[in-house]
Parts: sequence; C-alpha cells; structure tokens
Amino acid sequence: MRILVPVKRVVDYNVKVRVKADQTGIDLANVKMSMNPFDEIAVEEALRLREKGVATEVVVVSIGIQQCTETLRTALAMGADRGILVKTDVGTESLMVAKILAKICADEQPGMVILGKQAIDDDANQTGQMLAALLGWSQGTFASKIVVDGAMVVVTREVDGGLETINLKLPAIISADLRLNEPRYASLPNIMKAKSKKIDEKTPADYCVSDATRLQTIKVTEPPKRLAGVKVKTVEELVEKLKEAGAIA
Amino acid sequence: MSDFPILNFALGADIDILRESVARFAASEIAPHAADIDASDQFPMNLWRKMGDLGVLGITAPEEFGGAQMGYLAHCVVVEEISRASASVGLSYGAHSNLCVNQIVRNGNTVQKAQYLPKLISGEHIGALAMSEPGAGSDVVSMKLKAERRNDGFLLNGTKMWITNGPDADVLVVYAKTSPELGHRGITAFLIEKQFAGFSVAQKLNKLGMRGSHTGELVFDNCYVPYENILGEEGRGVNILMSGLDYERVVLAAGPLGIMHAALDIVLPYVHEREQFGQPIGTFQLMQGKLADMYTTWGACRAYVYAVAQACDRCETTRKDAAGCILYAAEKATWMAGEAIQCLGGNGYINDYATGRLWRDAKLYEIGAGTSEIRRMLIGRELFNES
Repeated sequence: MRILVPVKRVVDYNVKVRVKADQTGIDLANVKMSMNPFDEIAVEEALRLREKGVATEVVVVSIGIQQCTETLRTALAMGADRGILVKTDVGTESLMVAKILAKICADEQPGMVILGKQAIDDDANQTGQMLAALLGWSQGTFASKIVVDGAMVVVTREVDGGLETINLKLPAIISADLRLNEPRYASLPNIMKAKSKKIDEKTPADYCVSDATRLQTIKVTEPPKRLAGVKVKTVEELVEKLKEAGAIA
Repeated sequence: MSDFPILNFALGADIDILRESVARFAASEIAPHAADIDASDQFPMNLWRKMGDLGVLGITAPEEFGGAQMGYLAHCVVVEEISRASASVGLSYGAHSNLCVNQIVRNGNTVQKAQYLPKLISGEHIGALAMSEPGAGSDVVSMKLKAERRNDGFLLNGTKMWITNGPDADVLVVYAKTSPELGHRGITAFLIEKQFAGFSVAQKLNKLGMRGSHTGELVFDNCYVPYENILGEEGRGVNILMSGLDYERVVLAAGPLGIMHAALDIVLPYVHEREQFGQPIGTFQLMQGKLADMYTTWGACRAYVYAVAQACDRCETTRKDAAGCILYAAEKATWMAGEAIQCLGGNGYINDYATGRLWRDAKLYEIGAGTSEIRRMLIGRELFNES
C-alpha cells in the first residue's frame, strides 16, 4: 500500500509572529519556516506503517512556493521515499489544495492519505475533510491511534467527550492529532540519503486546478492586548463584577 | 527557546536540515537536563547512544565505518547546536567526534578504522584524546610520557592531565615520546584501549565550569601497547598533533557560538518580562545597547567560524585562522555570558538562572585546545613569518 502525506511549509512554532505594518499579513522576512508540526506527525505515522510492513511506499506532497522543497527534503530526510512539489506563488486555500490532492490521489492510488489535522498558520482544519468529500472516501479526523486491519483501518479519534473508535474502509483519509506519535529526528545518514531521492515538480495547471484565490484578506491585526485583571475579596463581589462585565445575567 | 529572526548565512540546504534536526534533538534530549548535568557534574551516559542513533558521532567519518561523510562546517553546526543546549555536552561531543574519531579517520590505517570507528560512531564506545601533561600544557611538545620498545610493542610510563572524556573513554588517542632525545620529533601517537593493563584513571577533576563533561588525569604504569596500535608513523606524532589542532580549534570554536546563542535565549525573553520603573527593561536604551552589542558580536563570530570551517572543507586550512576564529569566539563568548549576567542583574548572579553556568562554561574555551595566549602567539608568529 502507498501512503500519501501532504506537508505544509509554515512559520516555525517557536517564532513570535508579527503583523506587517501595512496590515496586509504576517511579516515573513527572515522568519524561520518549518514543516507544520501536525504534518510531521502524519509523516511519522506513515513511516511507522511502512516499517511495520503495512505500507510499501510513503510519498510526500507540498503545495506552495519553491522553498517548499525544503519541507519535502525534511520529510525525505525523516525517511519518506519520494516527493511531489506543486508549485504556486499565489496562495494555498484549503479547497484548492484539496482539489490538487484529489487529482494526485487519482494518479498515485494511495491506500491512505494521512495529513495533519490543521496547519498552525491559518488553523483552517478543512483540507482533509474536503479531500474526503471530493474523493468520496471514508475519513477519520483527529486520529490518536491508527491500526490497519486488512481492508479496514481502525482509527481512535480525539473528540470533545473523550475517545471515539471508528472502523473505516480503505482507501481512507486520516488527519493526525497531537498525540498520535512523537516524530523522529532526521538522522545524518538519512539526511544524506535524502539528497538522492526524487522530487517531481508540478504546477496546479498540470492537475487542471486553478490557483486563483477565492478569499480576500481585508486586514490583519494583532489580537487585542490582554488587560490586567482585578482582585475581588468575596464571592458576592465576584458575582457582581461578572454581572457588570455582562458575563452572567 | 524562542526563535527570533536571524541572518541567513546561506550555508546550504544540507546544513539547514542538519541544524534543524540537531537543534530539535538538543532542545528535547539535552537542554532540559543542562542544569542537572552542571549541578551533579555527571554526564548522562545514555546520551552517547542517542547521539549515535542521530548519526552525529562520526559526522566526518566515511560511510563504510558508519559515518555521515560530511565536513567541518557540518561538524561546527552540530557542536554549536549541542552547545546551545549544554556547553559541557557540546565539549564532550567535540572531544569524542573530532579529537578522537576524526583523528582516527585522518591518520588511522584501514585495520584501525575498521576496529575502532564503528563502535565509537554508534555510541557504544566513548573516545578521548590525551595530549597535555601536568608539566606540559602550552609547551605540549615537552611531554614526558615515555614509550619504550618492548618485543612487539611499547611500554608506556607517565601521566596525562586535563583529559576530556578521559574517565569514561574506551578508546584514546595518546601522544608519547618514543625517542625523547629527538625532542618534538620523538613523539608518536598511539591508540589505547581502556582495558590495556597498566592504564588507569587517577581521578576525575573538579572544574569551575563544563561540569558534567568528565575530565581526568590518566596514569600509564608499564602499560603495554602493541606495535599495530601506533597511529600514523612512529616519530611522526607531532605532525598528527599539530595538524589535528588546526581542525580541533575550528570545530571547537563552534562551542562558544552555541553559548552565545544560549545567552540570547535567556536575555531576550527576560528583558520583556522584567519590569522596572513601570516598564519592561528592554525598553531602556542602555539595555537595547547591550542587546545590540551581543547580537552583533555573535553574528561576527559566527561569520568567522563558518568561513574558516568552509575553508577547511575546501582543504584550504590555515593555522592562523583556525587559531583566530577560536581565539575571537572564545573571548567574546565569555564577555557575552558576562553581559547576560549583567542584563539579569541580581537574578543573573544566582544559580537559579543559567547565565552563571554559561560564563563558567565559556571560560574553558580560552584555555582548552590552546590558551588565548598560545593562539595569539601562533597567529602573530605566522603573520610575521609570512610577511
């Protein structure tokens, strides 16, 4: 079985993001970029399934600017077999990404697509679901455990009430949650090996998908600064303050 | 550790991925233990195998022996990122991977490489190099450790001092005098195994800094070493020693770079959090001036060290720049750790904060692998002789 893992290049989670002075977006000049951490978990899970003999090949895909090659190289250094870069300078809206991935699925015929539940830049949390809808495949989102059993896959999902276990028919779309695994470090020998692994370069046009953006960003602003709280002496005073603030009736 | 935008030195995609991987390893496997390693003066021995799995122990070694076959720039970046998490782990790593492993790579024969490298590179074995003696520090070629011919080998008698990883090492590169009457031309390098009869560790030394990186005095009491354990050629030890120092200085110069980064890791968040006169101290221009000097100095040191490491990778090593980059980076790291203490004020002076450790650790690099004075002497002498 082949596993397809889409990976996104995002601002590193350690970076303190800053809004550009003209409020058109986030300042990306000289900012450290990394693979979306949830995608890294997805790559790790795919590699583990390959190591268990469940999968035979792990293919990683990134959609975006040329530098997304670095993100693919990171995945290849972790152990993925080959990469596909779909190059676009325009934008990466979820639906456009899902449409391209659907076409790649038609070409590659993966038994599973494992992706991060969301990317930490826009936190959209919709690519996986859209992809499942476009393909008509079963989906298991927010996975904290994946067990393949013949033509089925058992996915343990993190839901508000606790854990939900579902059985999916393969092929399936699975989105990775934080506790699915702890991704490995790319070892030096694997970093060197990754250099000779193949990355195919494509464009959205190759998949007959338009990369025109549908959403318009009007303004990006910093979240309002948190104001200092007040100390209350009694429960009565607390209730009064909450009423004043309109938090309770 | 929060990341702030820093200059892209454009060291290449391989180096970027390497740095990323090692930085993450160091942040999760080493940094959380750095304070304990210092306080207990104990090296976390399980780290050797973990570093072996990561593939950093034989970074400059050929693939056939388990190495990564990368260069000196790559090696510097690993030392830098490990030292950012814990300078003492960085030092022990440097002693193992450069002083021992790389010297065997550069000077060992095929049999020696096949015998010693795989276990040193996997982390099963720990490596060290022994050069200094109680009476031979800066004047290292005046060493007294004697190696006398006996049957098919040599009998070693004497001591070695201040040996990084010495108390733990399984394999050591040791310099001794096979022909004391020939002075520095009578030095030979040997490969010693810790189980050789007559070899022992006198004591682990109690140091100011770099605590947790075990340093010791080694004793050779009629220690028999077979002839095939000569590293390189008999009587050619001084060439191995001196040329090795050129690489050792470049690789270890990255230690101070990591310490300087660690200083910024502490200072930058602190100047936001700490408020005086009703505002974060980072809003004061005197503090901003410190930040500017620290960042600029760090950048200049990085540029020099990277440039010299790249020269090594192009086989254009120069003795004065090898000495120059560590001379500059080491002194600036001690200065910068001092500035970090100053930025933290009273907090910087107590051991609940790591700035004091950074200062104690940084000081080593002005002394180990040649003192600042010896480095200045080398650079000045070369410049004079070349002009």
